Amino acid sequence: MSKRIDVNNLNVFYGDFLAVEDVSLAIESKSVTAFIGPSGCGKSTFLRTLNRMHEVIPGARVEGEVLMDGTNLYGPGVDPVAVRRHVGMVFQRPNPFPTMSIAENVVAGVKLNNKRMSKSDVADLVESSLRGANLWEEVKDRLDKPGSSLSGGQQQRLCIARAIAIKPDVLLMDEPCSALDPISTLAIEDLIHELKSEYTIVIVTHNMQQAARVSDRTAFFNIAGTGKPGKLIEMDDTTTIFSAPAEKATEDYISGRFG
Amino acid sequence: MASQTTTTPFGQVSARRKAVNGAMTVLIYGAFALALIPLLWLSATVVSRGVDRFMVDGNGDEKFNLDFLNQSMRGIFGGMPEGGIAHAIAGTLSITLAATLISVPIGLLAAVYLVEYGKGTLKRAVTFLVDVMTGIPSIVAGLFAYAVFAVVVGPGTKLGIVGAVALSLLMIPVVVRATEEMLKLVPNELREASYALGVPKWLTILKVVIRTAAAGITTGVTLAIARVIGETAPLLIAVGVADSYNLNLFDGRMMTLPVYIVSEWRKGDQPCNNPEIACVPEITEYRAWAAALVLILIVMALNLVARLVSKYFSPKTGR
Repeated sequence: MSKRIDVNNLNVFYGDFLAVEDVSLAIESKSVTAFIGPSGCGKSTFLRTLNRMHEVIPGARVEGEVLMDGTNLYGPGVDPVAVRRHVGMVFQRPNPFPTMSIAENVVAGVKLNNKRMSKSDVADLVESSLRGANLWEEVKDRLDKPGSSLSGGQQQRLCIARAIAIKPDVLLMDEPCSALDPISTLAIEDLIHELKSEYTIVIVTHNMQQAARVSDRTAFFNIAGTGKPGKLIEMDDTTTIFSAPAEKATEDYISGRFG
Repeated sequence: MASQTTTTPFGQVSARRKAVNGAMTVLIYGAFALALIPLLWLSATVVSRGVDRFMVDGNGDEKFNLDFLNQSMRGIFGGMPEGGIAHAIAGTLSITLAATLISVPIGLLAAVYLVEYGKGTLKRAVTFLVDVMTGIPSIVAGLFAYAVFAVVVGPGTKLGIVGAVALSLLMIPVVVRATEEMLKLVPNELREASYALGVPKWLTILKVVIRTAAAGITTGVTLAIARVIGETAPLLIAVGVADSYNLNLFDGRMMTLPVYIVSEWRKGDQPCNNPEIACVPEITEYRAWAAALVLILIVMALNLVARLVSKYFSPKTGR
């Protein structure tokens, strides 16, 4: 179910603009990896290259390779659509489909791809995914209500349920808690802890306490100035990064003395 | 130092502001009433004059009946009190339906191209052409369709389908514009959510983007239909007039409601010289007004249906 990712010398471009320069890192299977860094340093951009969502933006492209269990995601003959079925993604703002009910949202990945499923299989998938996202008890009596009727935190967990319903190997989370209140944030963080046993999780966060709480390893990205490309400064075990970082820039950032 | 009129620390609403507020209130309500006058006047006139024909029965006596709705004009001449619009309703509905069937797929796909795929010169060219098409006078659309069929099929071709083509020329730009605006309103986050689930672009457009915008698209299509259903000039040229039923778009002339109104109106008062025969001199005028009433009712019914459909399609909210 879960896979490791190795990134080798990855450059990320928007047209001619180099947004992220020369990143090499390893993401371990069944672990939580956090990306931290100031705004605009390319964490989210880099995250989006891991499931080829980056190239949805016109003109965006990458150089280098991303290996998932040894297979290059950017190799010739790789279907980006298929990649995204293996690498799920949760976005910054909860984005349930407004025309679908709670249950339909959960199975959207299956239904939108025109796959046929028996009614009982659909019901099982809805229940197991919602249980996996710690949402089942709260919504089991109103599965046919619209997804937008839920609170922000519940919507975000619905989006996580939707992402794990397609049974990905890796789950990418792009600041999943930045639009949520502390209690909903706590619920998502607990969920990340549970999901770790089955999925490889990569999370981008602006909240350093969150990175310290949920992640096993942390990567710090930084940017030299506006118009310059973002770079990976260092990556290490989370405890090391937050107690004894190797780089001065990392220490400045996590202690609030950056810029 | 506080002035003498000030009784609270915040002062009072100044006399000038009160005066301006009053004047603006009068102005705004006045403008609203003014805008309402022609609408109410028109509705009242059409209803009051439109019922005249329904109050004349086959003997020329005053008795309410609905013959007008299920008779055609076949064999009707002079001041005969019979004669109806059944054939014109059938013609209007079938020609408008055909025009809708032609223009909705084209307009929808063009809008999808503009919003989801188009870029650069071609996109700008299509946008420009759609803008130009919006301004085409309807008579020009009618002449164009007539000329095309005259070349392709033969001179003097007047068929329902020619009219449908002329109307679709008028409908397409409206559908493109409305659909384009609606597709643009679909948040990009929903597209990304769909892509991230491993859904290909075409399915994303079909099942997420268009589905989310369906309510607005329906409204746009209805507005486009309402825009063309009352068109007279292009149909006069492309379809001609007919006195009897014809539901075949590909064979012979057809009657439509707007053209019916014109042709009845043009006949003017009829002479009634033989007292033996039931005759109403103003019958043609009655018919024209009654047909106008029916046309307005059809447009209203269409709007009502569109509202229901768009309510059904619109994204659900609430708990």
